[in-house]
Order: sequence, then structure tokens, then C-alpha cells
Amino acid sequence: MPTFVRTEKCDGCKGQDKTACMYICPHDLMKLDKDGSETGHAMRAFNQEPEQCWECYSCVKICPQSAIEVRHYADIVPLGGSVQPLRGSDSIMWTIKFRNGNMKRFKFPIRTTSEGSIDPYGNKPMPKVAELTVDGVYTKAVMGGFRAGNPAELIRK
Amino acid sequence: MSEGTFGNPRIVEEELDILLIGGGMACCGAAYEMMRWAEAVKAEQGIDLKIKLVDKAAMDRSGAVAQGLSAINTYIGSEQDPADYARMVSNDLMGITRDDLAYDLGRNVDDSVHLFEEWGLPIWKTDASGVRHDGADSIKEGLPLLKDGGKPVRSGKWQIMINGESYKWIVAEAAKKALGLSRIEERIFIVKLVNDKNDAGRIAGAVGFSVRDNTLHIYKAKAIMLAAGGCVNLFRPRSVGEGQGRAWYPVWNAGSTYAMAAEAGAEMTMMENRFVPARFKDGYGPVGAWFLLFKAKATNAYGEDYMTKNKEMLNDYPPYGQAAVPASCLRNHLMLKEMKEGRGPIYMDTVTALAKLRETLSPKEVKHLEAEAWEDFLDMCIGQCGIWVGENIEPEKKMSELMPTEPYLLGSHSGCCGIWVSGPTDVGAPTAADPEEDGVPAHLPRGWNWGYRSMTTVKGLFTAGDGVGASGHKFSSGSHTEGRLASKAMVKYALDNKDWKVELDTPAAQLAEEIYQPVRNFLEHKNYTTAIDVNPNYITPKMLQFRLQKIMDEYVAGVGTYYNTNDKMLAVAEEKLEMLKEDAKKMRAKDLHELLRAWENYHRIITAEAHMKHIQFREESRYPGFYYRTDKNFVDEKNWHCFVNSIYDKNSKKWTCFKRKHVDLVDKSKLFKAAAPH
Repeated sequence: MPTFVRTEKCDGCKGQDKTACMYICPHDLMKLDKDGSETGHAMRAFNQEPEQCWECYSCVKICPQSAIEVRHYADIVPLGGSVQPLRGSDSIMWTIKFRNGNMKRFKFPIRTTSEGSIDPYGNKPMPKVAELTVDGVYTKAVMGGFRAGNPAELIRK
Repeated sequence: MSEGTFGNPRIVEEELDILLIGGGMACCGAAYEMMRWAEAVKAEQGIDLKIKLVDKAAMDRSGAVAQGLSAINTYIGSEQDPADYARMVSNDLMGITRDDLAYDLGRNVDDSVHLFEEWGLPIWKTDASGVRHDGADSIKEGLPLLKDGGKPVRSGKWQIMINGESYKWIVAEAAKKALGLSRIEERIFIVKLVNDKNDAGRIAGAVGFSVRDNTLHIYKAKAIMLAAGGCVNLFRPRSVGEGQGRAWYPVWNAGSTYAMAAEAGAEMTMMENRFVPARFKDGYGPVGAWFLLFKAKATNAYGEDYMTKNKEMLNDYPPYGQAAVPASCLRNHLMLKEMKEGRGPIYMDTVTALAKLRETLSPKEVKHLEAEAWEDFLDMCIGQCGIWVGENIEPEKKMSELMPTEPYLLGSHSGCCGIWVSGPTDVGAPTAADPEEDGVPAHLPRGWNWGYRSMTTVKGLFTAGDGVGASGHKFSSGSHTEGRLASKAMVKYALDNKDWKVELDTPAAQLAEEIYQPVRNFLEHKNYTTAIDVNPNYITPKMLQFRLQKIMDEYVAGVGTYYNTNDKMLAVAEEKLEMLKEDAKKMRAKDLHELLRAWENYHRIITAEAHMKHIQFREESRYPGFYYRTDKNFVDEKNWHCFVNSIYDKNSKKWTCFKRKHVDLVDKSKLFKAAAPH
């Protein structure tokens, strides 16, 4: 099944009401089996609908226990490979293992500011209500992104 | 208030000025821009607008950018004109797009990209000697930001490369901070819009349910932004086991935008349009960087470059075939000839491309290049890496197969289906003074602007991103920008209508019953049989989805018929879809998760029906390579160089399709070489 949860690593996010993987999955796939009635493993998460998994890795990247991995689509992919990330605050490390045992490692930046540091309106102008009907976004004058265009291109104007 | 139960949910009602439905790029853009204007409104007029955003997932990873991206596909730069952008959009979509919308997006989109960089998105740069630097190194090395004249790494005329694993996380952080957590509700799936009791052409609210607890949410709002993505898995996918989750576009995009807007009475446009991306087979990994950055060629199984070999076929579609860059559908058209005539598989020749690049690069640069190739997948389509490792594919040693996918419906990527919206007023678009058009229902506006930018033909209902039709190639940055442009008009609309008393046209109890019908179906009938999945009184959402996919694949030009359909096949589909729509009322939901799936599949059915009706109405094959009407297998510029629009009547459940005149606002002749002599 696309994502799977390692039984001995998952701690059910320590008994909180919802797990990190439940919080993040864009498709509502991850589920906490509180009493073990669905999987035989109480207080562990599992992917409740593996054929709907996009392999987006959101749960893999967010799991605080690194308990989630991916066994790629069984109806497509030969067994034995793995693609596993470790996402930090400013970069992500990938460990890639081929079916034939070859390995590759990559590290890529993911952001240049610290998480939570965005000041959305810092140093930005306060618009006037009267400008609501003027074309363009409120940061038009300060972000250097407005492309006025050559007026002659507009042939019906 | 007492806790709800599965069979008897708690109803929560809330009255707002503005509701945002969705949490993807479009709604993040809308939220960011809107809250600043709301601040201005409060400061100047003392009015505290009540605003809320609801998302069926978590904003940090919702929408099409959830996984990340390796490029921003729409960045105009200082060297290009918004008119060039509008021309490219038109060309790739076979001439039928709204120049007003594309042009307006083109002149504003770079603002959002500059904000993304300021917020922390790493954007690759080229230094003075032409060397590439990744987005983090370029900052450390003091290369200027885009805003300050920094040079991006262009992987194509409009695309720039990024280290985009956390793209959505970053954009969501800004939107969430702008809104404040009290204005955000996650894991609530809106399934239906509600019109106003005193004005059927006006929006009044939206209803949905929590997928976490047994609550049903009814929002009243003066203005609503509906931006809940495109539509995936309405056709039978090529992989039908676990691999059906590996859709090219996100599997959670269920057509909710189109279905809810249509049911609310909004005029739809170009719902016949679809996108059939040619991608790495099975994993659907991106090909753009391979073609544009690494200069790889695609060939048939015998090494022939089909774009060169079959180029004469482009002459069948003047003037579009004569464009310097043929439309995406025409490129598929040339590839499909090879597949149909038995010269597959099609390959991306990664081996030759990388070998050629190695000739001129140092070992360090080669290592960097290899990392870039892998990052292209790891940032946005990790599943493709899964296939490469499983099949021992190292791109410098082994080529990879390409394949056209199952069809997708969307309005923000290389497709243009969606909702007909009011455009900008200053670019020469047709106005209300233009003559009335034959066949357009009288209650619909004339011209391309009716007062509020991005408002649909339903008063107070706005859209952006995949929702806006007839204007593709916005991608992530453009969807964010479109949300921003719409949000200003929404604030204006909310102020202009501040004394309007919103009233829902349906009582709360009735709405609750309707939404919970699949739960009722289950609870009432589950003990009739010993196995809960087979029961004559209900159908599981999963089986209903299979039925939809079978109909669409076999009759409405899916992969099973090599994208062919005709009038007779469409008539069969029409009948089958009607019965499917009736049976949708009998879907069961055994838990909240299945209730989510039930409503997603209902939205898929309405979207699929719109797609089928539009293809049936347009008596030509406008997008060869995406679909063919074999009974009308030509592009008919004389009769069909026009928009096909439609409205849906939620009471009679019938569609009405009609033509709208197409007008060029920028000169398109620059796109085409002189026609080949006959």
C-alpha cells in the first residue's frame, strides 16, 4: 500500500486526539486505530484507503517518529526500491535505494527563511478603500512585479 | 450544545460577509490580499468584515501544490509583454481563450512570485557568467532577488526553476498569518452552495460537513470564493489498482468547483476542454525540464523523432498547426499516430540528452546536473522516483517511457474549462453595449464585464485558479494572483451589499437531510444483507466511481478508445450518466470518510456530465490529440471559433449549451508562420 506505517516506530502521536499524519494528509487517508479493532495494532496510525494515495509524502515528511515509508504502487512497480526523505527546517535529505542495491543521496534547500518567520504585511503599504476598483494588487508599487505592457498591443482599445 | 452523533449530526450555523472555499494557491492568494483590504476598510470606515476560509484538508499541504513543485510555470519577467503571454495561452488552447483574463493575469502575476521569494521560497538564479545557482546558494552568494533585477533560471520561455518542496507550506504560512487562525476551519468539506430566497440569481451560503466530528456547517455569506480545484478520476485511469491514486493532477480534486457552481446556476465555459498530459509513463513525472532544460528528445520505439517525422500532420489544422510552438494537443496528436500504428513505446531519450550535456560540463557540473534531474521529480512527483528505483532506471543509462494519460479537467494548468467570469474593464473587452447574441439565455450578462472582477454570473459568487474558464496556463503563481485580483472585487461587493439581508432558499433541516442522505441510506439498510458492501438498496461511492469511469472511458473519449468518440457514443453516455446521477442519491456512507467520498463522486458526475454535453454540442474536434469527435473530425474555424458555454438548472437537472462569440484583444497573427501552400 503506497504509504505504510512501521508498527514499532509509530507511537500514535502519544495519545493526542489526532496524529500528525491525520492532520496533514490532503486526502483524509491516515487514521488512528485507537483500540486496535481495525488493524490489530492499538494506538497506531494506518492508511485507510491505499489505492487513493497520491504518494505526495506529506505524512512521511511530517511524522515525528519517521514511522511512515512508501512501498510504491504494487500494480506498477517492482519491489525492493525505496525513496525516503528527512525534512529539516531549511533543507530536505533524500536517500534513494534502487532494486539492484544502488544508492543515491541528495540534499536540496526548501526555504531561505525560518519557519514561522513570515511577516505578511511588514513594510507593505496600507491601501485606500477608494483604490478597490483600480486594477492590480495592493503591492503593485513596491514589489516590482507589475508589467504594464505596450498599450499598442491591445488592438481593440 | 450537545454533541452530534453519526446518525444525528449537530448543525452549526454561521453568518459571514465573505466565505472562501478551498485552501489551495487561489484561496491563499485571495486570503492574503483580502485581509489587507479588510484592514483598510476597518481603518477608514469602521466596518469589521466577517471573513472565513474553509478547507477540506490542511492548508499547509492542500491543493495541487501540496507535494511541492520544481518550477513556477508563469513568470513574465521584465523582458516579455503581457500580450505575449495572452498569445501563448491562446495558441496552446487552439485559439479559444479570453485575452482579457490572460492579459490581466500576465501583468500582475510577477508580484506574487516576488512575494514568494521574500517569504522564503528558494528561486534559482543565473549569475553574470551564466552559471546556475540553487535558490539557497544564490541568497548566500548575494545574488539579487528577482524584485531587484535578479536573473531567474529559465527552463522555458515562461518557466523559472525553484527548490519548491515547501512551496505550498510557505504560501500557506503567509495566508494563515494574514487571516489569523480564528478565521480558518480545516477538514470541513463544502458540498453545496445555496442561492438566496429573495433572489435566485444571487449566492446566499454554502453547506458542508466536518470529516472529523459529526457536525454539519451552514454558512451564510454575501460573497463566496469557490476555488476547490479541477477534476481528477472522472475517467478510468490507466492504472486501476493501487496505482489509481497516482493521478497526474491531485487525486483529491473532485470537480467540486464546477459541480457546485453549475448547481448554483453559474454560466460554465469550455467544459469540453480537457488536458491529456504526455508524461513519464505510470509515475506521471514532469517532462518540462527534460525537454526544455536538458534538451531531451522524445522518440518512437525505433528512435525516430515523431515531431519531425509527422510534422506534415500539423498542416491539417491551420492556422494552429503553423504556430512556432504547436499546441500541446497537437503534439499529442503526432505522438498518438506512432502509438496507434504500433511503433510504441514512446521514449524520452534521457541518455543522449545527458551525454550531450556532459560533453561541455565539468565533473562537478555533471554531478549538479544529475541532482537537478532527480530534484525535478523529488520536488513534485516522488512517485516517479519510486518507479525509477523499482525498475533500476538511472536516466543517464536507461531511457524512460512516455505516455499520454487519462483526461483531466482543469482551468489553471494547460486546460481551460471552468466558469465564465467578469473580466477587467481596461483592455478592450466586449461590453454590455455589444449586441445581444443569439441563443444566450436572456438572464445572462452581455459583454465580458459585469461589475466585479472574477465574479461568476451568480451575484456574489466568485472564483479563481481552476475555477476560471477560458484562460489556462496560470499554474501556481497565476492562481495565487487570480485569487488576489478577485479578493478586491469581493471586498467591494461585500461593502456595496452591506445592507442586503441574506436568506437561504432552503431550510437548514432540509439541507442537513440532503447532505446526510448517504448516511441515512446506510443506517436504514445495512442489516438487510450479511455483507455490507453488496446491498440492493444502496451503492458504495467506490463502485459508483468505477461506473462513472467506465462510462467516460468507453463512450466519452477516454484512453480505452484512443480518445475517440462520436455522436452515437455520446448519446449512449448521456443516457447512462442520467441513470448514474439518479443512483447517486442511493450512495451509502458507512463513516464520515465515506461521506467525503460520496460527495466527491457526486461532484465528479456533474462535472463529467458537463464535459459530455459540451463535447456533444461542439460539432468539431477542437483539440486533436486530447479528444476526437470521429463524426466531425476537423477543426471548423468558420462555425466553431467561439466559446461553448452552458447553464445547469438544478430543478429540472438539465443542461442548456449555447455559443458565445470569441474576440481577439491582442493580435494573434504573430504566432503563425505563413500557411503551407496546397
